[in-house]
Amino acid sequence: MARLSLQGIRKSFARTEILKGITLDVEDGEFISLVGASGCGKSTLLRIIAGLEHPDEGSVSIDGKPVDEASPKARNVAMVFQDYALYPHMTVAQNMAMPLIMGRLPMRARLPGMRLLTPGFAPLRREIATQVETVARQLRIDHLLERKPAQLSGGQRQRVALGRALVRNPHLFLMDEPLSNLDAKLRVQVRQEIVELHQNTGLTFVYVTHDQVEAMTMSNRVALLQEGRLLQVGTPDDLYSDPDSLSVARFIGSPEINVLPAQARAGGFEVGDQFIPVPHQLELGSDLFLAVRPEGVMVAGAGARDGRQMVTLAVTRTGMEDLGGEIILHTAVKGLPGIDLRARLQKEAGGVDLDLRNLPLDLNLSFSPRSCRLFAASGARIRAGAERAASLPTSLESVG
Amino acid sequence: MSAARGSLARRRALLAYALVAPASVLILLIYIGPIIAVIFASLTDYTLVRDGFSFVGLENYTAMFADEAFANALRNTVIYAAFFLPGAFFISLFLALAIQSRKKFRSVLEVLFFLPVTSTLAAMALVWAALMDSRQGVINNTLTSFGLEPVNFLGDPGFVLAALAAISLWSIIGFNMVLFLAGLTAIPRNLYDAAAIDGADHPVDRFFRVTWPMLAPTSVFVAVTTSITAFKLFDTVAVLTKGGPARSSEVFLYLTFLEGFEYFNMGYAAALSVFFLGLIFVFALIQTLLSDRRINS
Repeated sequence: MARLSLQGIRKSFARTEILKGITLDVEDGEFISLVGASGCGKSTLLRIIAGLEHPDEGSVSIDGKPVDEASPKARNVAMVFQDYALYPHMTVAQNMAMPLIMGRLPMRARLPGMRLLTPGFAPLRREIATQVETVARQLRIDHLLERKPAQLSGGQRQRVALGRALVRNPHLFLMDEPLSNLDAKLRVQVRQEIVELHQNTGLTFVYVTHDQVEAMTMSNRVALLQEGRLLQVGTPDDLYSDPDSLSVARFIGSPEINVLPAQARAGGFEVGDQFIPVPHQLELGSDLFLAVRPEGVMVAGAGARDGRQMVTLAVTRTGMEDLGGEIILHTAVKGLPGIDLRARLQKEAGGVDLDLRNLPLDLNLSFSPRSCRLFAASGARIRAGAERAASLPTSLESVG
Repeated sequence: MSAARGSLARRRALLAYALVAPASVLILLIYIGPIIAVIFASLTDYTLVRDGFSFVGLENYTAMFADEAFANALRNTVIYAAFFLPGAFFISLFLALAIQSRKKFRSVLEVLFFLPVTSTLAAMALVWAALMDSRQGVINNTLTSFGLEPVNFLGDPGFVLAALAAISLWSIIGFNMVLFLAGLTAIPRNLYDAAAIDGADHPVDRFFRVTWPMLAPTSVFVAVTTSITAFKLFDTVAVLTKGGPARSSEVFLYLTFLEGFEYFNMGYAAALSVFFLGLIFVFALIQTLLSDRRINS
C-alpha cells in the first residue's frame, strides 16, 4: 500500500540521455502502465523506482518519503522480470522463500549449511515454508514446489515469479514486460489473472509494457513514454479518444489511426478538395493533421447519415484483412499520394446491406468531422477552445 | 519402392562412414593405438637394452605395488597436490571475483595474470631457480634483510615440494582465473537484480545465493583439470631438482620417466603409465558425471 511520486527523473547512459525529466504521481492502489516503444526508457524508469539504478537527477518518493538513498530491500518493492529471473539452482519453494529468508533470518542462519547449526530458527523456517505454500496454493503452483525452474513451462515460471513477488507483502509491485515471453493465448489468460491479483491485493502496481493493448486493458491509468519523455498520462480512454499529441494518437490503437494532411481555412479546414467547418481557432493557411480512427471510417452511403456534413474521399482499395468479425480495409486516397486510409468495418453491422467481400476497387469512404481529431504541424493537439472534450464525443461513430 | 528406399539408406550410411573415416583413423592412430601399445608393453619385460621381449603377465604391476620408489613418488605427488590444489583453485577464484567488477584496468590485469601461462615453463623454471637460490636468490636476500634465516627452497627436502607448488601456482593461476572469469560472465545480470530485490544485497549473500551455485559447473571443471595438472608435474622437476634432494621431489611422472629413459625398464614404465592413465580417467569420469548432473544448491 503506497503512493509513488517521481520528481524530474533524469538518467543518461554514456552520452545518451535515456530519461529527460519524468514527473509522475501514482496513487495508492492504482494500476499504472508505463507504455512505449522499445528504447523509450520505460524499463530504466522501472529500475529506478526499484532502486536497481540511480537517477542522475530527480527524486523518488514512496508514501511521501524520499527513498533515493534506500536499497531495493529497504524500499520493499517486489519486481517481476521479463524473463522471470528465477534462480535456476533452487527449487520453486526455495525461489519463493528467498525474500522471506533474506528479510527474517539473520546472516549467521543464512550461510550455507547453517540450517543444522541454528536449530533455534527452525520455527521461523517452518513459518516461511507455510507462507510459501499458502501463496503457491493461491497461484495454483503448490504441486510444483519441489521442481527446478528448468522443469517448468513458461506460464508456470511466470507464476513462480509472481509468487516470489507476492510472499513478502511489498509496498509496490513492479512488473517489467512480464507477459512478453508467453504465447498469445496464455498472455490473455495471465493478463486477466494479474488484473485480479491487483484487485485482490489492492497493492500499487507499476506495469511496464510495449504492448498498448496490455496497457489499455489492464490499467487504471496509462503513462505513455517516448524518447525519455512522458507524452501523456491518463485513463486508457483519455489516451485513445482525447490524445494530447499526434504521437499518442498514433501509438495507441490498432490498426493505427488514420492521419490526413489538411489546411486551415477561415472557419474550418480543407482536406482533399473538401471544406469542413469547425469551431476551432485555426491559424489561417497553416498545415494541419486530421486524425480519424479506422472504426470511424465507413463506406460512403452505407451508413445512415446523421444529417451533418461528412468528409468523403475517393479511394482505391489496396488490401483487405479479414479478422472474422470485422474487416480492415486498406485504401490509397486519390489526390493524396502516400496516404493509407484504413477502415475497420463490422461484418454484422445492424441493418447494413453491404457485401464486404465484393467491394469495388474504386469506392468512396467517409467519416464524420465529429470523429476527427485535429493536430498542428508540430503534432500538438488543437482543441476547440473551452468546448474541448464536450464537442468531441469520446464515443466514435461506427458504421450504421 | 522399398528396395529403392533400402539402397538410399545404404548409400547414406556409406556416405556417413566415409565422412567420419578420416577422424576415426586419426583418433585410432593418435590416441587408441598408443594406449593399446602401452597396455601391451606393460605386460612384457621389454627394455631398451635388449632385443626381443617376453610376456610376464601382471608381474610389472605386482612389482609396482611392492616398490618403495612407487610409494614414495605417489606420496610426494599427493603432498605436492595438497600445496598446489587449494591455491590454484581459491587464489584464481578470488582474483577472478576481484577483477570482474572492475571496469578500468580489467583487461590489463587479465593480461598480466595470464602472461605466465603463455611462457615456456621449462625456461621460466631457471628464472625461478635464480630467484630461489639459497645464497644469491632475491627471495632469500629479502628474507635475510628482514632478519630471517635463509631457506634452501629447492635443496631442502622439507621445502622442495612447496617451492615446486609455488612455481606451478604462478604458471596456472592466470589460466584458472580466465576460466572463472568466463564462468562469472555467463551468470545472467538479472539474477543479481532479482537478488537485490529479494533483499540479498550483502556481498556474502550474493556470493552464496547466486555466484557460487551458478559457478558450480566452472568450479568442477577447474577442480578436475587442476587435479590432473597436479599429477602431471614433470618439467620443473626435470629442470630444477631431478627428483632430489634425496628423492624428496621424485613425483609420479618423473619416476615413470626415470624408469623408462634412465633405467630403460620400458615394461615397468609402461605399467606406471597405465596406472597414471587410470588415475586421470577417474578424474575425467568425476567431471563428466558432475557436469551432466543438475546443479544442486
